[in-house]
Amino acid sequence: MSNRNYLNANYNVWSWFFTTDHKRVAILYLISITVFFLVGGAAAVLFRLELMTPEGDLVLPETYNRLFTLHGIVMIFFFLIPAVPAVFGNFLLPMMIGARDLAFPKLNLASWYLYSLSGLFGVWVILTGGVDTGWTFYTPYSTTYGNTSVLSAAIAAFIAGFSSILTALNFLVTTHTMRAPGMTWFRLPLFVWAHYAMSLVVLLGTPVLAIAIALVGIERAFHVGIFDPKLGGDPLLFQHLFWFYSHPAVYIMVLPAMGVISELITCFARKKIFGYTFIAFSSLAIAVLGFLVWGHHMFVSGQSMYAGFVFSFLSMLVAVPSAVKVFNWTATLYKGSVIWNTPMLYALGFIGLFTMGGLTGLFLATLGVDVHVHDTYFVVAHFHYIMVGGSLMAYLGALHFWWPKMTGRLYPEGWGRISAILIFFGFNLTFFPQFVLGYLGMPRRYHVYPEEWQILNVMSSAGASILGVGYLLPLGYLVWSLRYGRRSGKNPWRASGLEWEAESPPITHNFHKTPIVTGDVYDYDPTEPVELETEKHPEKVTVQ
Amino acid sequence: MDSTFQLFPESASQIADRVDALYLFLVAVALFFTFLICVLILYFGVKYRRGSLAERGNPPRSNLLELAWAVVPFLLSMVMFVWGADVFYDIKTPPADALQIDVVGKQWMWKVHHPGGQSEINQLHVPLGRPVRLRMVSEDVIHSFYIPAFRVKQDVLPGYYTQMWFQPDRAGTYHLFCAEYCGTEHAQMIGSVIVLEQDAFADWLSGETGDPPEVAGARLFERHRCGSCHKAQGGSGPSLAGVFGRRVPLKSGESIVADEQYLRSSILNPQQHIVAGFQPLMPSYQGQLNESDVLKIIAYMKTLEGNASASGEDTGDGNDQPPETEN
Amino acid sequence: MSTTPTHLAPQFDDAEQQQLAATLGMWAFLATEVLFFGGMFAGYGVYRAWYPPTWADASRHLDLLLGTVNTAVLLTSSLTVALAVHAAQTGSRKGVVRNLSLTILFGAAFLGVKAYEYWHKWHEHHVPGATFEWHEASPSGPAELFFSFYFVMTGFHALHMVIGLGILAWLIVQARRDRFDAEYYTPVEMTGLYWHFVDIVWVFLFPLLYLIDRT
Repeated sequence: MSNRNYLNANYNVWSWFFTTDHKRVAILYLISITVFFLVGGAAAVLFRLELMTPEGDLVLPETYNRLFTLHGIVMIFFFLIPAVPAVFGNFLLPMMIGARDLAFPKLNLASWYLYSLSGLFGVWVILTGGVDTGWTFYTPYSTTYGNTSVLSAAIAAFIAGFSSILTALNFLVTTHTMRAPGMTWFRLPLFVWAHYAMSLVVLLGTPVLAIAIALVGIERAFHVGIFDPKLGGDPLLFQHLFWFYSHPAVYIMVLPAMGVISELITCFARKKIFGYTFIAFSSLAIAVLGFLVWGHHMFVSGQSMYAGFVFSFLSMLVAVPSAVKVFNWTATLYKGSVIWNTPMLYALGFIGLFTMGGLTGLFLATLGVDVHVHDTYFVVAHFHYIMVGGSLMAYLGALHFWWPKMTGRLYPEGWGRISAILIFFGFNLTFFPQFVLGYLGMPRRYHVYPEEWQILNVMSSAGASILGVGYLLPLGYLVWSLRYGRRSGKNPWRASGLEWEAESPPITHNFHKTPIVTGDVYDYDPTEPVELETEKHPEKVTVQ
Repeated sequence: MDSTFQLFPESASQIADRVDALYLFLVAVALFFTFLICVLILYFGVKYRRGSLAERGNPPRSNLLELAWAVVPFLLSMVMFVWGADVFYDIKTPPADALQIDVVGKQWMWKVHHPGGQSEINQLHVPLGRPVRLRMVSEDVIHSFYIPAFRVKQDVLPGYYTQMWFQPDRAGTYHLFCAEYCGTEHAQMIGSVIVLEQDAFADWLSGETGDPPEVAGARLFERHRCGSCHKAQGGSGPSLAGVFGRRVPLKSGESIVADEQYLRSSILNPQQHIVAGFQPLMPSYQGQLNESDVLKIIAYMKTLEGNASASGEDTGDGNDQPPETEN
Repeated sequence: MSTTPTHLAPQFDDAEQQQLAATLGMWAFLATEVLFFGGMFAGYGVYRAWYPPTWADASRHLDLLLGTVNTAVLLTSSLTVALAVHAAQTGSRKGVVRNLSLTILFGAAFLGVKAYEYWHKWHEHHVPGATFEWHEASPSGPAELFFSFYFVMTGFHALHMVIGLGILAWLIVQARRDRFDAEYYTPVEMTGLYWHFVDIVWVFLFPLLYLIDRT
């Protein structure tokens, strides 16, 4: 193994803060989003504790409102949206296509600085007493009636938006222009296709959120009317602008996760992906359809009934590409050689949970049922199945899968499996009762509730504590592995893909020589015996 | 409201069973596919685990299979769409003979005004077996009127009337929630809906005091001297006789039907629509009249009989639906 | 790649790839800008449809003469920036510097006129907020909405111009240092695209705010 790599190329602190290496930027992001994940998680712990009892006995209502707002803003803008793209997209996308870096390395670094600046505004919001509008910033509460740090929070979201635009711009251009010789579009890993689709969504959606949030900030700061009903303005206009971005934002969070799953499933089923083109185009279909369904957040908002029909119909269509993906992943297991290790546990968990999240999404697209479950815990459970059961599971799967590539170390496999299983069961115990609560009618964002719902809430809180342990474990053993983990070779999983041809960790410009691609993607043969590096001597595993 | 453990909500309106039937269909579909996927994953995962004796290989792609698992979800989702739209249409379309009750949302309480003048706070008494239409507006931020036992919910907006309707079919007391986050005490913006047998409801109504809204409205009309300009003839404001439901010609050349929404904005935002032949002299009553007052004045204006209204088209009481906000 | 040109960044194979990446990146960025302004145009469209007479009234309070002058000034600046790109293509450093300077001049003139218009609106109490006054027949609420949109839209446009002026100034410094030649002038070309975009936004803003329903 060569001694020089991107990590030890330079030990100077400034070489990190001024780095333009996509891999180092990815590491900067990894550290930052982990911090925010802990902040958002701490808020969740507090309000799950509060919800153990029907009375509001732990925190004041204003504190509770700040907690769920903090949880929403931090988890969405500072964790989920950057999680897979800004860490793994940044690290892997250039390597997967055989490039030396992203097209605009300085912009990539700038995106991290914008993210950090936005994070500082977020911290400022917390220090100045928090914000209580919910992450949705609905007017006129956010513009006129709320008296918390809405403006700083709006600025934070605005800047975070720019950060993700710069990342997406980089991915789009890099994928178009910097593929290695022989890397045709249909030889791209599905991870790249997913990031390409995500980039389109970010580029076309984020600016609309930016202007909606900017208008809220302007209305609030200068007391002018934009959405003010007292002047004849329309509070629903804000909701339209907001959801025009924020529904596609769901796909921003889940498309890259889907890309991760395609990589993990193929590697640990030792199979070519089933239906490559269908999965690739379903990503694009989701990206396009995602822009046409925002109105399904507004079925009971006062939007016309006919708009409801149109948005319900279009929302149903999103089920098709999502189902196509799930079936193709499942079919990929058929006749494979399935290895049940940590990344695969996360990937299979993803498929199950995403299936449930997607199917319960159909409940919300179904007009007659949505009227009842809108703004209840049913919605909360649904989007956590998509974003936590989906995106976060994929993120953790990716973290384990590419950890040896990023750090040159192997994580302890046994601990990995334990935490994956804990997370899976903790997750279901946390969020499944919320479907029931939602259909019973428990509105979201309530810090007190009728006592007949306590048992289900206690179940949910108990699940959350298991989930919390499940999340802390990887933090512990991954950090441990940085020093004590076994060294990893170039390709510990015997995976296909150009990133595995680079050193672990890779050198500064990724490859010693620009790779030339001659074969198809996912060139796995399930009949071939394989031994993973995690299975060598220290752990006792039977190898066939 | 019993406080025992529940898995399914009680149902107490004409639509609840239909929503539940649709919901159970969706649950069945969801369970079927969840189990299908989980069973397949486990079955493949175990059968084809590394080292097992199963036959392995890379099967070629199958367009037929891809087509099948695109078309089946599509068809199922279309069933959901049509069924859901059908239920939704009925949720959104009140019958003409519905009893109309006004609801005003305010941080953090619900004010209810009955047509007989009875008012209540955070409670809504309704008769069993009669369709009830709620006309709703907010004094401040967006709220949402939600009765889980009836399976209905509607956002309550500042500046625009929205409506919802239901027909209770079981007597009892049910939860009333604000479902749209509205600030600090959002979780306390709750109350109960009390469904009474028709007789008991009549008793309850007669036990409550309060002037009918048109009487209270007449008093407000008097107090704010509306009549000094809005005379039957020759006033500086247009005559209000028979105005409700009539088509009003505007200065801009357009014309507009004087529905509740129009009357409301004419009181609070008078210069939005200037009636043809008049000067924009009227001041806004925003801040002087709250939404409850406005509803009362509108009730009074509805009683002002027209003298064989000039431009006809009196569409009567059946057509007084607020225009929603389909903008 | 034995003789790597100095302006070629290490991640690119050749100048052509670099040029392609920059162009695609700029167009993608402009697409996001279209959506950014698109949000405001959507809001404008909603309210224009709700309050046509009031918005027409409010629109008459904008200074048509100054608006027209500014349109002409900005269109001219688009011409000069195009000339600058052309000069860069032909390797004329003088031409680049001269035309970029003219562009800055016109851009600054536009902003000056805009500032005067803003000042005038302040003077007339047409700035939305506590000081807003409206003495027309039409209702004041929707009129205030009009001026809110006027200030927000032209304000964001002006902000884009200020940023553009900064980039132009930086380009002049670079051009004087002889950083561009007929082979490599990508920054000039990209800035040109950006400037044209800002210009086009104004071409939509001007009729929507100043002209429609004016009579």
